[in-house]
Amino acid sequence: MRIPCPICGTRDRREFTYKGAAVLLDRPSPEADAASWDAYLHLRDNPAGRTRDLWFHDAGCAAWLVVERDTISHEIFGAELLDAD
Amino acid sequence: MRFSALKIFKEGLTGNMGWAPHWRDPEPKPEYDILIIGGGGHGLATAFYLAKEHGLTNVAVLEKGYLGGGNIGRNTTIVRANYNLPGNSEFYSHSLKLWEGMEQELNFNTMMSQRGVLNLFHSDGQRDYAARRGNSMVNQGDDAQLLDRDGVRKLVPFLDFDNIRFPIYGGLYHARGGTARHDAVAWGYARGADQRGVDLLQNCEVTGIDIENGAVKGVQTTRGAIRARKVGIVVAGRSGQVAGLAGMRLPIESHVLQAFVTEGLKPCIDHVVTFGMGHFYISQSDKGGLVFGGDLDFYASYAARGNLPMAEHVMEAAMTLMPVIGKARVLRSWGGIMDMSPDGSPIIDKTGIDGLYLNCGWCYGGFKAVPGSGFSFAHLIAQDRPHEPAARFRLDRFRTGHGIMDEEGTGAQHNLH
Repeated sequence: MRIPCPICGTRDRREFTYKGAAVLLDRPSPEADAASWDAYLHLRDNPAGRTRDLWFHDAGCAAWLVVERDTISHEIFGAELLDAD
Repeated sequence: MRFSALKIFKEGLTGNMGWAPHWRDPEPKPEYDILIIGGGGHGLATAFYLAKEHGLTNVAVLEKGYLGGGNIGRNTTIVRANYNLPGNSEFYSHSLKLWEGMEQELNFNTMMSQRGVLNLFHSDGQRDYAARRGNSMVNQGDDAQLLDRDGVRKLVPFLDFDNIRFPIYGGLYHARGGTARHDAVAWGYARGADQRGVDLLQNCEVTGIDIENGAVKGVQTTRGAIRARKVGIVVAGRSGQVAGLAGMRLPIESHVLQAFVTEGLKPCIDHVVTFGMGHFYISQSDKGGLVFGGDLDFYASYAARGNLPMAEHVMEAAMTLMPVIGKARVLRSWGGIMDMSPDGSPIIDKTGIDGLYLNCGWCYGGFKAVPGSGFSFAHLIAQDRPHEPAARFRLDRFRTGHGIMDEEGTGAQHNLH
């Protein structure tokens, strides 16, 4: 599995650390209720097929990437830099 | 049909013409009392114990493929009860006792082999933890023995005891642990359930779960609609998809875990041995192949195969622990799909929907749990209250933060176990 880092180019999967589903970008407000925090921290769509998830390029440019890939075939469709804000 | 030495002898003399199929292939009835979604080890064990322990036989198991075609046929067959935390400890203790009586209970040879599980440690800190865990196991009523270096050497002399980075300090030995024939476990429970009247419906994929006014009414399948007031979901590996049919999202992320087997060798490894400083564990199958595995690939996946970095890690750990394995040739490798829960422990609970029950989140530990999981899930479905050894496997523990069972102490978040 190779991930196309927008900064470094296509690199080996070993250079990256997996964080989890991109749902982690939608952090609830501190005042949000327990159900929202439960959904954010624990509950997952966990799709069999196309998914978006977060990878950290720790052995490369140290950028956070949103990678779109297929969880059944391991095909990677693309990766983009996480928006700084 | 009952297996016995006499029967085998007689069949051997008469051309083996008297054997019958081990289970029927019935047509689905329009209605059952209870439906079990998932014809794997856990689902078949659930159906068996519903019939045997609770007398509930108007039950069907719905399997989208063939019986035992999922993770029960893709694991490394290890059975043990060496957990540390309350909740897991009593559950696996109960499960191991069921393993010990399984062959008599099922009248089926599951090749249960209590050859002993040896967890190695490589530092003073790891020894302290092994001692503590051993004490937990003994207090639970199970067996554990703390071995020093010489004690380990007597059992497994072929390890690299003086490895320069990870010398072996000793091991925690769990003599009642071992291995079993994984397919036979599924077949034994299937046969036992079928004999008691349970319908095993294969090639029957559930495509919808019918819910009215917050209560389950039945399911839609590729073999037609089937009504039932109670439905159990026990489909680890695909839990998110099936629960999604009932509009639920689960605290589950699916990951791939790889395993490997070498060509058949003469008997050389008598126990299950685990490395304490890298992810590697090994046993030898009755066919002679060395069966070994490692850690997750650590990204969400439904592919029944992994990637090479983890294969490389496992091989490196193998060579570090037992350089002798370098002479063996790997024959096959494969992956199984693990339901990973945030704290690394399973879920056996009711859902927010009346009559819908959930059994999932087995992480890497599903095989040894098969009898205990089936027994406890059957109890929950039949009596509508949790079975004591599984009472802490609650679905709501992540939302409330109460009763988290985090064996590794890494935190109750995804991708940490």
